[in-house]
Amino acid sequence: METLWFMIVAVMLTVYVILDGFDLGAGAIYLFAAKTHKERQMILRAIGPVWDGNEVWLLAAGGTLYFAFPPLYASSFSGFYLPLMMVLWLLMLRAVGIEFRTHIDNPVWQGLFDVIFCGASILLAIFYGAALGNVIRGVPLSKEGYFFEALWTNFRPGPNPGILDWYTVLAGIVGLVTLTVHGSLYVALKTEGELEQRSRKTALMLWPLQAVLTILSLIATIYVSPHALENYRLHALSSVIPLVVVASLALLFHFARRSDYLKSFLCSCAYIAAMLVGAAYGLYPVVLPASTNAAYSLTIFNSAAGHHGLMVGLVWWSLGMVLSVGYFVFIYRMFRGKVRLEEEHGY
Amino acid sequence: MRWSPHNAGLRIHTMDNALLVHRLHFAFTITFHYLFPQLTMGLAPLIVALKTLGLRTGNRAYHDSARFWGRIFGISFVLGVVTGIPMEFQFGTNWSHFSRFAGGVIGQTLAMEGLFAFFLESAFLGLFLYGEKRLTARAHWWSAVAVFLGSWLSGFFIIATDAWMQHPVGFERAPDGSAQLSSFWELVLNPWAWWQYAHNMSGAGITGAFVMASVGAFYLLWGRNAEHGRVFLKTGVIAACLFSIFQLFPSGDGQGRMIARYQPVTLAAMEALFEGGPGAPLVLIGQPNIEEKKIDNPIQIPGALAFLTYRRWGGAVTGLDSFPRDKWPQNIALLYYSYHIMVGLGTIFIATAVIALFLLWRGKLFSARWMLWILLLSLPFPYIANTAGWMTAELGRQPWLVYNLMLTADGYSKTVSAGNGMFTLLGFLGMYTVLGIMFLFLVWREIEHGPLGQPLAGHAVAH
Ligand code: HDD
Ligand code: HEM
Ligand code: HEM
Repeated sequence: METLWFMIVAVMLTVYVILDGFDLGAGAIYLFAAKTHKERQMILRAIGPVWDGNEVWLLAAGGTLYFAFPPLYASSFSGFYLPLMMVLWLLMLRAVGIEFRTHIDNPVWQGLFDVIFCGASILLAIFYGAALGNVIRGVPLSKEGYFFEALWTNFRPGPNPGILDWYTVLAGIVGLVTLTVHGSLYVALKTEGELEQRSRKTALMLWPLQAVLTILSLIATIYVSPHALENYRLHALSSVIPLVVVASLALLFHFARRSDYLKSFLCSCAYIAAMLVGAAYGLYPVVLPASTNAAYSLTIFNSAAGHHGLMVGLVWWSLGMVLSVGYFVFIYRMFRGKVRLEEEHGY
Repeated sequence: MRWSPHNAGLRIHTMDNALLVHRLHFAFTITFHYLFPQLTMGLAPLIVALKTLGLRTGNRAYHDSARFWGRIFGISFVLGVVTGIPMEFQFGTNWSHFSRFAGGVIGQTLAMEGLFAFFLESAFLGLFLYGEKRLTARAHWWSAVAVFLGSWLSGFFIIATDAWMQHPVGFERAPDGSAQLSSFWELVLNPWAWWQYAHNMSGAGITGAFVMASVGAFYLLWGRNAEHGRVFLKTGVIAACLFSIFQLFPSGDGQGRMIARYQPVTLAAMEALFEGGPGAPLVLIGQPNIEEKKIDNPIQIPGALAFLTYRRWGGAVTGLDSFPRDKWPQNIALLYYSYHIMVGLGTIFIATAVIALFLLWRGKLFSARWMLWILLLSLPFPYIANTAGWMTAELGRQPWLVYNLMLTADGYSKTVSAGNGMFTLLGFLGMYTVLGIMFLFLVWREIEHGPLGQPLAGHAVAH
């Protein structure tokens, strides 16, 4: 039961990263790839109908995490207090950037909102990477299962780490590069002309960096948390995960070169999914490792909600998921195809 | 807010700065958040009504009006989303001990809100706002209905969460002391939740209706967009009348009786009834004097409180004197004022809406400038009433965070210091000030452009 909910939460978070990831990535290249007013408008239009829905995955995943593992939610959210609040502010700034830019006709304000949107997107991508880094590396949990992490201590992952150390900074950069490639492919898929070409070039240019970082981050992870490999040794089948990572990364490049953006974008989705699933698999059954004393780690067993609640949840969760996936498929179909500016009005 | 020194010696005594900061943090962010959903939840059924009238009559003015209010809805929705995400986070960040205790129960309703309501609402709002040209008229109507359902469902789940804190049901205590779900249906069918839901949604309806009528009155007074102004006024006034009356009876009355039954000390504090007994009076005006335990300058109706509570003029209402001091809500004065402001405004809304409806029926509303002015200026008051209502509910529950189960003083994040809390509280103050200014600016622009104004995004393309 606990394992099932662990998988559900992991999958929901993965879906969130894949979906909101492309609009974050589109935001990250926004200032650089889109030069004219019209091109910027096109990027905004490409993500306009969907970014809010994508963000709901964060809420739904968060809600599900809260529901299935309340102590984990309590401990990690209070422990990561400062960075989470900053994530909130960045999410707000970004929403303001997107929405108000489309509403205000003045070039001065538009310039400001452009920078806000792009900057917040970049920072969020870094924060998400660093957050994952923190969870893999472990946090200074107390016996009661709580902690409070400073933003930084000595930049070394040890028993008393900060939010930022060399490992989590590396994870942050991986996050940024990955999502930028992901977003560029989405923009290339949704637009035409020079913007499409520039986005394609961005993705191709960043690809070697992404490949190097992937390898670096794997080595660093094994160095920082050696036990991550245990699960992989246990089941030979699990070596599929790294294979998917490598294969999807290679195919991503291949298809991007041939301007087959849809396939390339799907490979990018697979790459992100495999990286995240790989991390979750390495952690299992721990959900928040303690850097202080391994016995204090939060596992799915000591942090799950009551059995009855989890059983009941399964019923409505399945129902809700079927409905939600239905809406998403429907909405993406409605707005499929390249963005055309003249055709319709926003609000 | 002043924290009465008389509380010294209670658990509250341990209230250091951190508790106060976390409470203000939550109170400020939730109060600001609720300014936006109350408008969206209130407008949603009105937009559906406008779309329906448009389909039935084929009159363009209804479709234009629906599109116009859809744009206002969209702006308010974005603010609702960006201020709502911090609410969900704060359960973990600022109230982690509460979350560990209660997550096994209220995690249910909160997760369901995300899964059933937010997905529905956000997906179809995109379609409603961006898809009018791609959809058939009927399909567009359905997208408006889906948005309405989504926003009202989300209201239900969050109210069910709050209702569990007011009146916990359907749970059992696990060995580690936390509350875990024992009956899903008891949680969802909590009688407190249904009364609260009815009352709260109708309160949102009042906001939507008065805002719509107010903008309509503005157009008529301004002499522009008169055709749409009349549509707004007609729709707004009829809805305002229905919702305002429902707000008092049965829903407000029902809420009051839930409180009399399950939280008698709260009721006594809301009414500042220091001494209980048969034939308790209803205070219309007066200032509670906590130190001397009496009401200053009272104007009261003898026996009325007893009647409202028990339908008998001689019924005995329990007063504060029947409860130990440490079970009293801590801020009786603010609680009392919040409650009386809500009820007072509620009465004024009923009067305003009934008179306006009468004028509408006689065909005089559109030319009665004095009434148009009243409607125009009514705009902020539903917001005040709703906020006051929530302050009544939340202050009245004190000192409990979960009624009779967990004290507020035990629920906050012990690992997050007052200094860190203050830092983010100030951050939110700054951020929300900017958001608030932008919201007003954008809504004003929409109103100025009017229902026929070229939508801005499309406008920009022409340049
Ligand atoms: C436009 C807004 C509005 C108006 C005019 C009223 N209310 Fe209200 N009231 C609310 C908006 C509200 C609210 C914001 O929706 C509350 C807060 C919590 C809740 O569920 O609803 C509420 C709560 C609330 C409570 C519960 C407080 C608690 O839970 O401790 C009672 C007893 C009443 N109301 C009673 C009334 C009565 C008798 C009214 C007479 C007209 C009235 N309200 C008008
Ligand atoms: C829009 C509606 C709401 C408003 C305006 C509101 C207002 C407030 C206020 C003013 C306080 C501070 C009370 C005090 O410090 O004494 C508070 C506290 C709190 N409320 Fe609400 N509330 C609302 C809805 C909710 C809902 C729906 C929930 C739960 C799901 C909730 C949960 C809490 C919690 C956890 C606290 C903190 C503990 C406390 O200080 O009492 N509130 N709220
Ligand atoms: C502690 C209390 C609350 C929490 C945790 C909370 C959480 C949230 C979140 C996360 C969102 C964004 C949803 C999205 O992306 O679509 C949101 C929006 C919304 N909230 Fe709240 N909320 C709270 C209080 C309330 C109350 C009291 C109501 C009304 C009864 C309410 C009604 C809504 C509605 C209708 C929306 C949709 C957005 C909108 O219409 O503006 N919320 N809320």
